[in-house]
Amino acid sequence: MSKFREPVAFEAPTADWQLLPFRFERINGRVLLTNMVGEHLFVSGKDFEQVAEGPLPVDSSLVRRLRAKHMIRQESEPLPIELLALKARTRYRRLSEFTGLHIFVASLRCEHSCPYCQVSRQSSDKTLYDMSPETAALALDAAFRSPSANIKIEFQGGEPLLNFELIEDVVARAKSRNEEAGKNLSFVIATNLALLDERVLDFCDAHGIYISTSLDGPADLHNKNRPRPGRNSWELATEGIQRVRERLGIDRVSALMTTTRSSLDRVKEIIDCYVEQGLSSMFLRPLSPYGFAIKTKSFAAYDVDRWLPFYEEGLDYIIELNSKGVPMVEQYAAIILKKMFTNDDPGYVDLTSPSGIGIGAIVYNYDGDVYASDEGRMLAEMGDTTFRLGNLHEDTYEEILLSEALLQPLDQSFTASAPMCSDCAFEPYCGADPVYHHATSGDYLGRKPTSGFCKRNMAIFKLLLDRYEGDPSTRALFRTWAGH
Amino acid sequence: MIALSSKSQRARLAEPLPRSVWRLVDRGTLTSQRNARAFLITDEAATPDGFDLYLARDGLRLPRELANLIQLPAELNYLSGDDVLSIGDDGRRIRVLWRHTSRQNSILLTERCNHYCLMCSQPPKTGNDDPLLDDAFELIRLLPRDSEEIGFTGGEPTLYGEGLIDLLRLCRSLHPEAAVHVLSNGRRFSHSEFAESWAAVDNPNMMVGIPLYGTEPALHDYVVQAEGAFNETVQGILNLGRMRQRIELRVVLHKLTAPVLPEIAEFIARNIPFVDQVALMGLEMIGLARANIPKLWIDPSDYANELVEAVTILDRSRIHTMIYNHQLCLIPRSVWPYTVRSISDWKNEYHPECMTCSVKDDCGGFFFSAKYKVSDRIKAIPAETSAESNLLSLAQV
Repeated sequence: MSKFREPVAFEAPTADWQLLPFRFERINGRVLLTNMVGEHLFVSGKDFEQVAEGPLPVDSSLVRRLRAKHMIRQESEPLPIELLALKARTRYRRLSEFTGLHIFVASLRCEHSCPYCQVSRQSSDKTLYDMSPETAALALDAAFRSPSANIKIEFQGGEPLLNFELIEDVVARAKSRNEEAGKNLSFVIATNLALLDERVLDFCDAHGIYISTSLDGPADLHNKNRPRPGRNSWELATEGIQRVRERLGIDRVSALMTTTRSSLDRVKEIIDCYVEQGLSSMFLRPLSPYGFAIKTKSFAAYDVDRWLPFYEEGLDYIIELNSKGVPMVEQYAAIILKKMFTNDDPGYVDLTSPSGIGIGAIVYNYDGDVYASDEGRMLAEMGDTTFRLGNLHEDTYEEILLSEALLQPLDQSFTASAPMCSDCAFEPYCGADPVYHHATSGDYLGRKPTSGFCKRNMAIFKLLLDRYEGDPSTRALFRTWAGH
Repeated sequence: MIALSSKSQRARLAEPLPRSVWRLVDRGTLTSQRNARAFLITDEAATPDGFDLYLARDGLRLPRELANLIQLPAELNYLSGDDVLSIGDDGRRIRVLWRHTSRQNSILLTERCNHYCLMCSQPPKTGNDDPLLDDAFELIRLLPRDSEEIGFTGGEPTLYGEGLIDLLRLCRSLHPEAAVHVLSNGRRFSHSEFAESWAAVDNPNMMVGIPLYGTEPALHDYVVQAEGAFNETVQGILNLGRMRQRIELRVVLHKLTAPVLPEIAEFIARNIPFVDQVALMGLEMIGLARANIPKLWIDPSDYANELVEAVTILDRSRIHTMIYNHQLCLIPRSVWPYTVRSISDWKNEYHPECMTCSVKDDCGGFFFSAKYKVSDRIKAIPAETSAESNLLSLAQV
């Protein structure tokens, strides 16, 4: 007789499996299962019936896969629960960090007049639309009140370089303050680069400041989207990108695109433009609902239907570029993949739950008004001040962060308890966007069957899983993005 | 293959040896120190006085005047000064505990084990072998200060409980700079008190190597032939992780584990990503593995895809990953940069085909036990392609 026992000797003690929390979605004949921390499994329809109705055998390849992903356990086993708890704790640890991104609207003035921008002003009067040093000092007080170990200060506008003295002032004060506070402090200037000069470059170099700029794609598209005197926005932006890369370092500048209806047929050209500029990361953003669409309340599924093929074609093209050795990351996919394949939630404001408004990022407007998010500020410019949390000159930090204007949307939109979100298989990958839903449907929660946000993200989750399952080299690429 | 245990050819002792562990001194390492030292006679010149024991290499004429003298067998002629031996009190049985020229000294603490792994290279025994632990204490006391790596193996060293902890404390005290590595199945760490004792040794250079053979109990427990092993091992890893202890995971690849290797990698990346390193190890065809060849043997080239995928998952999760005991010609070039020449020098061999291979010096080679089973796809890599494709493989990874 053999000294070794057969596998049957090590099967579970009973077939009384206990189901742990999981959610499911039928996709093309198969069933996607996700556990409470976002680990996933595809099973056949028949297997799924067995999981749902039982009984499961004491051992089978299905049972092993379910156990590995902590979707079932033996009642005597504490380990699966402990591992799930650890992973969930890791996933939510950002919440105790609190606000990390602090947006300073240095000036609303801008020499561009982009039709999709709701906030900028054409004015030469510095007193009307620029942040004053007094307001900035109060904003800095608020930023340093955040318990977060990482404080990122982002200067926005308008065009923040039009109030460059303020930037110099805030950076100097923040740094000296930080000698005591000891935070991991970083700075970003969001600029169209049209006003980039040696003084700005020297300053950014001396203080390790990052540059974030706008690049909408090829010159004609970009210049049409972003008019300025001289019609040379694209030329100034691309020249600026090169100058920053050469002076400050190759990774010190990143670019964001705004998607307009004119972009929808040109995704490859847009991506090629980024490649040509030597950028290795881009963000295929959705059409913005703010602005025209909101005014007319017409933004909904229609735009998503037009946008999704744009995204899919773009994603596939980026995957193809990578397979040819051209490194390019699609940032939105990367955020989702991180949530799919790690226990980290990057806390991206528009795709995290509880929403990142206020507690992930916060906006200090030029006049001292505090907004829960950048989109909240845009809504206010259109007359809807729902997401105005207070004013730095009038309200205390506590009053601002504990205002109903922040707590209500956070609470009401929380996906783990939101109708239709709480039992959605994609909930761990998705997020709450109370600003979007308020703007498009009048309440923080929104109605998921008609929500463009829901439709768009569901489609992207399925697309990413499809590409991941389909091909080993895409799997490797997605793993790389998830690990960033 | 270098012999690590043997029998003396002749032993001439006035009385039974007073101790078992001896550090060798030869002419090159001779000082005034005599305590626990044995003099190794390597030539026919006069021998220094005052040693409690003399050992002579095979082939030398034995000096008549020495009281305690042992003649080594030819296979131990490689011994030299600063090596450490354990010798039976009648001078017959000799075990080499430490070869100072090797970086792969592995100190056997016990042959007892609460696992009975299908592929165990060191089949467990049940008898009391506490003297092995006693020898280890003596060895640690006798080791040169500059010893860089001290590795303990079993059996299951943690069966000693506090005895092992005392030994590890001695290592930290006497050899604070040495890397200390302990191979364990990790189950004992599921008791928090033991994990706490381990952590209290407080040696940042100490690491435990723990095997993991699945993502759930059924497979792991079958491979190690012990119920409850998986849950205790993973619980132990969690306890060690909580105490910020350094952990290496070891996955031995064979027919049962290789097909689920990507899932194991995913499990590690998702559940215990705090481990310091993961070693994916080729199967050593010795011990119990030989009895289970039909259950275990898989040609490494047949799990190439799984290996690549697992390495990708671990590497992208920023987990330091190493491939041990694999022949380069059997695995995809894209994972060559992860390979480590890891087969202990004393059991390393090469295949005739290897003699013309251009990457032989970078290759893991074989366990001497490969004579029992080896891939029939071993193929020399010609010189002209290797340099170029090496660069290529680095670029891909």
